[in-house]
Amino acid sequence: MSAAPISAPPLAGTVVHDEVVEARAAWAHVVRAGEVLRIVDLGGNQAVDCLLYNAHDHVERYSAADTIAAQRNIFLVEGSVLRSNEGNPMLTVADTAIEFHDTIGGACSRESNTLRYGHHTLHQHACVDNFLDAGSRFGLSKRDLVSNVNWFMNVPVGPDGLLGIVDGISAPGLHVDLRAEMDVLVLISNCPQINNPCNGFDPTPVRLTISRPGAS
Amino acid sequence: MDDHPIDEPATDSLEAALAHARSQAGATAATQATVPAAAAVDLPEGVSAAAVTWDEVLGSGGYASGRVRRGDVIRFTDLDGGTCANLQLHHAALTSERLNPADTVKVQWQAYLGEGALLLSDLGRVLATITADTSTGHDALCGHSNRRTNEARFGHGAAHGPHPAARDLLALAAARHDLGRRDLTAGINLFAPVRVAADGGLHLAPPTGARAHLDLRAELDLVVLLAVAPHPLDDRPDATAGRVRITSWEAERPEPDPFRATTPERLRAFENSEQFVGAVR
Repeated sequence: MSAAPISAPPLAGTVVHDEVVEARAAWAHVVRAGEVLRIVDLGGNQAVDCLLYNAHDHVERYSAADTIAAQRNIFLVEGSVLRSNEGNPMLTVADTAIEFHDTIGGACSRESNTLRYGHHTLHQHACVDNFLDAGSRFGLSKRDLVSNVNWFMNVPVGPDGLLGIVDGISAPGLHVDLRAEMDVLVLISNCPQINNPCNGFDPTPVRLTISRPGAS
Repeated sequence: MDDHPIDEPATDSLEAALAHARSQAGATAATQATVPAAAAVDLPEGVSAAAVTWDEVLGSGGYASGRVRRGDVIRFTDLDGGTCANLQLHHAALTSERLNPADTVKVQWQAYLGEGALLLSDLGRVLATITADTSTGHDALCGHSNRRTNEARFGHGAAHGPHPAARDLLALAAARHDLGRRDLTAGINLFAPVRVAADGGLHLAPPTGARAHLDLRAELDLVVLLAVAPHPLDDRPDATAGRVRITSWEAERPEPDPFRATTPERLRAFENSEQFVGAVR
């Protein structure tokens, strides 16, 4: 991606965390209720796989199904509310420069890569390994992994149900701002997939910034 | 609905109470399991009663669970039409491995389930194959009702009430297999044909008529959890779900298997399951 980065609007409040997460890496952080997590797609068309847990009760976690059933639409847009498996709001999409984000594509894994692309892909790094690694530092295990959000990823569904990942609709510098509605443990996998267009066949870094309401 | 006798029974002594308790045996209920399963009647063509391993009828708000072995076929029948059978599958030998709806639709490039579709685990293996389907469709996207949504829709969502949340029913089913709420995922909904519009909008297509069925062939030993409860997109103010019959039986795998290699992705899912079975032999 060679286009000049687009600068996102200023983030209100006081920045409490600011980090560039390298390509293919895992990340985990607690975002407190009222804080805003900004994700910036620095290189363009970089899928950012994301799971959410109630920071005080990890059994309550993001549910793609509850989220899309409640809003009766598979796409996350500005104003969408990400809901837990108990139906409670976890994050709200406060602002985004992208038309929509994906809820149904899930995460890549070593094992699912073998089905999608061939047995030769078994040893490629994948998002599930990032989730397992990041989650294990908070006492989470494989049992706690569920279908995730994919920020900046494009997964249309055709009239006969044909579904798949196609070229992205993001660009360098585009952002999504997520307001926490509860204290949320956020796990992120900066997707390492190289077998489909979800990262433009070139995984790149993303910037993660957390701001707290109020002046510094 | 009241299964209790109208007349007040004589239970004023231990002997009378014992006689009263035992006199109830042999009664039948509108929904129950057939025990032993080989006593089941009205079986699919070609299935002998001796091969039946599980036979049970559930009503709205009901739940059940069971184990089926690799190769067994499990038939879900929508007895009344337009039901919603909330289904979760776990690999019995490794229960942290479970049905993954996202991988199921993504790997097969298809959002809608039907005959020939595989139900895939999170570990790249096929858990079950849809070997027959006479319904109008199913749902791999919307998951199950929860206490909060049912309280909003019906004013009640608890398991003991008139509109139990499917998720809570599935948690009760899971407990029978030493599984808990951590082990529940979004699952799939049988007989609830959800369709996606070009703008991403979700809606329920017209439901199936009575007696439609879906057959799953287990490709690994499975724990099956099922709850019967209205679909999350079912807007009817007092919605209930019709009765569902579960029947499983031991079956011969056809050779060659017409479902094994219908696409390259499906073939590799079978290869991965066969690799697991070989590894633990």
